Amino acid sequence: MTEPKKTIPQQGDRGGDQNGARGSGRDTAEPLLKVTGLVKHFPITKGVLKRKVGAVQAVDGLSFDVRPGETLGVVGESGCGKSTMGRLITRLLEPTGGKVEFEGRDITHLSAGAMRPMRRDVQMIFQDPYGSLNPRHTIGGIVGTPFKLQGIEPEGGVKKEVQRLLELVGLSPEHYNRYPHEFSGGQRQRIGIARALALNPKLVVADEPVSALDVSIQAQVVNLLDDLQDELGLTYVIIAHDLSVIRHVSDRIAVMYLGKIVELADRTSLYESPKHPYTKALLSAVPVPDPSRRGGKSDRILLKGDVPSPISPPSGCRFHTRCWKATEVCRTTEPPLIQLAPGHQAACHHPENAPDQAPGAGGAGARETVELAEAKGSTKAEGAKETTEAKASKETEASNGGSGGE
Amino acid sequence: MSNVRKTDTDTGKGTDTGTGAASGSETAAAKPAGAPADAFLSVRDLRIHFDTDDGLVKSVDGVSFDLKAGQTLGVVGESGSGKSVTSLGIMGLHNSQRARISGQIWLDGEDLVEAGPDRVRELRGHKMAMIFQDPLSALHPYYSVGAQIVEAYRVHNAVDKKTAKKRAIEMLDRVGIPEPARRFHDYPHQFSGGMRQRAMIAMALVNNPELLIADEPTTALDVTVQAQILDLIRDLQKEFHSAVVIITHDLGVVAEIADELLVMYAGRCIERGPAEKVFYQPQHPYTWGLLGSMPRIDREQTDRLVPVKGTPPSLINVPSGCAFHPRCPYADVPKDNITRTERPELRLVTDGHHSACHMSPAERERIWTEEIAPKL
Repeated sequence: MTEPKKTIPQQGDRGGDQNGARGSGRDTAEPLLKVTGLVKHFPITKGVLKRKVGAVQAVDGLSFDVRPGETLGVVGESGCGKSTMGRLITRLLEPTGGKVEFEGRDITHLSAGAMRPMRRDVQMIFQDPYGSLNPRHTIGGIVGTPFKLQGIEPEGGVKKEVQRLLELVGLSPEHYNRYPHEFSGGQRQRIGIARALALNPKLVVADEPVSALDVSIQAQVVNLLDDLQDELGLTYVIIAHDLSVIRHVSDRIAVMYLGKIVELADRTSLYESPKHPYTKALLSAVPVPDPSRRGGKSDRILLKGDVPSPISPPSGCRFHTRCWKATEVCRTTEPPLIQLAPGHQAACHHPENAPDQAPGAGGAGARETVELAEAKGSTKAEGAKETTEAKASKETEASNGGSGGE
Repeated sequence: MSNVRKTDTDTGKGTDTGTGAASGSETAAAKPAGAPADAFLSVRDLRIHFDTDDGLVKSVDGVSFDLKAGQTLGVVGESGSGKSVTSLGIMGLHNSQRARISGQIWLDGEDLVEAGPDRVRELRGHKMAMIFQDPLSALHPYYSVGAQIVEAYRVHNAVDKKTAKKRAIEMLDRVGIPEPARRFHDYPHQFSGGMRQRAMIAMALVNNPELLIADEPTTALDVTVQAQILDLIRDLQKEFHSAVVIITHDLGVVAEIADELLVMYAGRCIERGPAEKVFYQPQHPYTWGLLGSMPRIDREQTDRLVPVKGTPPSLINVPSGCAFHPRCPYADVPKDNITRTERPELRLVTDGHHSACHMSPAERERIWTEEIAPKL
């Protein structure tokens, strides 16, 4: 998994165009998924009239590409909007703004019906192996449902295909008639993976696929995802909070903080020379399984306090309230996500391992993404107006903020 | 083992506050055989079995260890390995209706298995305290955080409310809660996850316990908050010189904080020793498996992980002999005169480092250095 895999192999005979669903003229250099200025605000309403008093700004202006065959890792603390992002790009949620393009086709506001043909190409693996399988359906039923929904009759029948999938993910075909409660957490996660792979998707979005599993089982599932990618040429977006797992599985990594991407880079440069102070703090906080490093408490950056509420995020750089490098400019001006090194983007006025980017401080550097920053700015202004009102009803929001973020 | 604790229901005499002086009067000479003189907590052959409809669940099946004051013991293992039940047994918090507990738990010269539930309740929260994984369910939602800490303090100390409140605010301040006097009146739902965990630590430490058991204290927290909490536990331990048992499945956390390590599998201890020894010269194939399963943050690792195959066994039908043998890649390595049905004893390897494996130390040394270590 060192570098992005070759091109996508053929997606099987049933991947053909249906209802003209596929974009035309796709070549391998094109990103499989292109996200531009993606925004999702969950409204907070009050009173009988459901007057809007504020919004949880779960995702606030994300732009990134997912290239065919690669694994994009998304990390961040709880409430940073990474799961919301996963649900937006699979269109399980309706974006408030921005654009999601899959193979060049805009899917941002497709209706459920129009989205259906796309569903076979974009699948999702969920975090909770207990909650994501219907306890009253057999494994055969669960894994076979995608065929029914898409009206596909695989060669040799659904049952045979399901049994093949079960074998593919390391389960026994005899499990066909069993129920979810008869399986352990790791096995259930394999069932969820089999279901996601049933329609031979191109993109698999996995939301915390291993965080509910024990360490030895976690390793088995990580290896399985790895093998399936090699075998089937899958593209992954893996969302996780565990930085060790993300380092192991990803080719490129996006670090999120309060609904924004603060850093986006390939694995090696992100872990070897993080540019954003938040990334640096996050990496330094991970306990290393090596007792001799214990004395190294000094190189740990302890962030003060908690992540601010996404209802009224801090002005300027959202990280400035916890950042040890913050200056006046951080409080007032939001740093754009700009390229600081080849393939390495960060949104910071005072990056680590790179020249200072603060306006007026000679940060003439790359400005390619400046248009992008403007796009973000406009949505930002609306958000700011709402926040002043939102402060009034802090208490009700606290609970909303907790559930809305994830 | 005849000293099965009487499992009659608690009579609910919760008002017996005591003066706090009673605990010191026991004879300090009583210790199990082989325990170091300065051991504060000595557990010997602890077994906790549960009767269920499906059969006898041997959650803990013969665990022994010693812990000195000021030291930290890390207990690692997968879910269902018995690590939490061990800690609940020490605290006397296991389900006394169903559990059958035997063995010895010596806390500062007093056997807790022998002692009645009333005595254990006196000690709990006073001499030993516990931090749980999920602070939201460990804190009572109807009472303010401050009131719960005050209660924990007043149960064990005959003081008026005002003094107790002062003490509670002092503890909230100590664990790093901003504006403690104001937050004293807040309810658990008004706290963030990290702050709830801090509040629970404040509650556990309000009586300066000499033994602190932390059951997955950081599992539900984000890494940045986890780092704060681990730092806090470490600082408080230094300050109060208490013995700490930290239970976790995260080898990173134990490497960070533990002096001694105990690896559990299927209710038994399969390896025990100083943290450095267990990390650098692990002696049990299961420990190798745990280390191989773990993606590393500190190095570029492009190879596949080397996980333990299979799944943990059921605790009702623990495999005969070595409980790990169905998953052990080295179960077929020839061993002198040992059959598969023989259970390996926990044997001393080197200074303080014990392991329960049938393979000879030389053989294990060879496998570790030649086959396992290069892949990690």
